[in-house]
Amino acid sequence: MEIQNIIFIILSALTLMCALGVVFSKNPIHSGLLLVLTMFSISGHYLLLHAQFVAIVNIIVYAGAVMVLLLFVLMLLNLNKDNEPQKSIMVKIIGTLSAGGIMISLVAVSKIFLVQKSMQGRPIAEDFGYVKSLGALLFTDYILPFELASILFLAAIVGAVFLGTRSVENK
Amino acid sequence: MDLIGYENYFWLSTALFSIGILGILIRRNMIILLMCIEIMLNAANLMFIAFAYKWGNMDGHIFVFFSMLVAAAEAAVGLALMVLIYRKFKTVDISYLDKLKF
Repeated sequence: MEIQNIIFIILSALTLMCALGVVFSKNPIHSGLLLVLTMFSISGHYLLLHAQFVAIVNIIVYAGAVMVLLLFVLMLLNLNKDNEPQKSIMVKIIGTLSAGGIMISLVAVSKIFLVQKSMQGRPIAEDFGYVKSLGALLFTDYILPFELASILFLAAIVGAVFLGTRSVENK
Repeated sequence: MDLIGYENYFWLSTALFSIGILGILIRRNMIILLMCIEIMLNAANLMFIAFAYKWGNMDGHIFVFFSMLVAAAEAAVGLALMVLIYRKFKTVDISYLDKLKF
């Protein structure tokens, strides 16, 4: 067994266990920290797939920015105690069955897809996943979505500031 | 795919997406729901990266890049909304937020 397969198995187990921990943890702070671990293991998968730049961006954006924001809000709202009333066991069973059904249907569809299309795949180029080639693609073929993303960010900033500074009293 | 086999990424991504859906269905804390949405987004991103590697085509990386941008904007606005809701209702439990007009 090659070293890549062993790394893949370890990272997959880590990813799935941390994701389950996010869902089932009682303390929201633990959920946030486990989500950071999930992001790190997914970045490890990206590194295995020769996507170095995306792996680093994943760590910076998700584990760095988004999760810090989430944890900051959790601590700001002082929710780091278990005050969440539990749903009834019936709802939990139904939720688990639904999620399992969705997983089974996704697996079935992908089975059909994988059987029908005997996909050969193509070898990767020499500079696959490098910042240089990604930037060349981003600033030639995808320049319009890139600029639109900046407008989206401007709208998000304005929206967040507006919502954050709005007074609650005027109903 | 030379070593790992992209089907394994298919199964991993599917399992991760289902875990996200499970969290959405059984949890009530709004911040946990946002975290589960992030898990589902990351499952889709993983699939994109796996197939970009399989086809030797870097367009999937671009899609993942934009998906991360949108997720960051979504988290910023969502958390601002959450702070506002908490200030008004003193809770982030979605089962108490059942009024369309207040």
